[in-house]
Amino acid sequence: MDQERNCQELAAYLSDYIDDNVEDEALCDEIEEHIHECENCQIVVDTLKKTLYLVHASAEQTVLPSQVRERLYHRLDLEAFISADDNS
Amino acid sequence: MQALQEGDRAEFAKVVKAYSEKIYRLALKMLRNQQDAEDILQETFIKAYHGFKDFKGHSKISTWLYRIATNEALMFLRQKGEPEISIDKQVRVDDGQSYTPTKIVDWCCLPEEELMSSEAMEYLDRAIEQLSEAMRVTFLLRDLEGLSTRETAEVLDISEAAVKTRLSRARMHLRERLSGYYGDVLDSLPIETSHQGQDVLEGS
Repeated sequence: MDQERNCQELAAYLSDYIDDNVEDEALCDEIEEHIHECENCQIVVDTLKKTLYLVHASAEQTVLPSQVRERLYHRLDLEAFISADDNS
Repeated sequence: MQALQEGDRAEFAKVVKAYSEKIYRLALKMLRNQQDAEDILQETFIKAYHGFKDFKGHSKISTWLYRIATNEALMFLRQKGEPEISIDKQVRVDDGQSYTPTKIVDWCCLPEEELMSSEAMEYLDRAIEQLSEAMRVTFLLRDLEGLSTRETAEVLDISEAAVKTRLSRARMHLRERLSGYYGDVLDSLPIETSHQGQDVLEGS
């Protein structure tokens, strides 16, 4: 029961934890100790990190289409500044 | 900065080149519609061009541009009424008082082609779309665009504590959703592959 309560309480700090942003050192130690002993929380931390990895990977796949860029430069009257490499 | 405030076209073009892809990506992930994202992109730079003369330089240009784009996107969503997302669905994701994860599946071991399949990426986008506007924009600025907590707070004019709270809920929600999705993928794989995952888990 205690284990469950700890999991629930510590879950609120896992986002800060994976950002290495838990300012309270004692709390950070407690989270680390808990994760070391609790397989479920270790999985939550690992899958949380993987979720962010996928978000970053998804972001890299989203590029500005060249036609959208051309229409933007046209709308802003900046056609003279659109370079060949921009449209590649 | 002075050149921008004086309407220097070449300097403005440099700003457009540096930030257009970032603004488009943010708008696309916010609105999930290419035409709407393009409209927000254009409006952002038109407003920026006319607004440079009043830009005080208290924040970075990027932060200022993100603020314009964010306001444009949020205004668009409110005008549109976001019919595809039911209000109660948003509330459910937004008011989650509990952070407690319920789906405990180790899907980290899945092969890259499963993790990054177009179906999986579409599922991720839909999960992001289900976040409330407030959580979505916070998450996208922080985790998609890589702004710091402080910059995100500045763009949204909220406290850093509020950014952290929204971000934590958004991340936990997405993890939960992806755990459901990839859990099903794991179940559908041949037993040998699924066992490899268990072995990795047990050995860690």
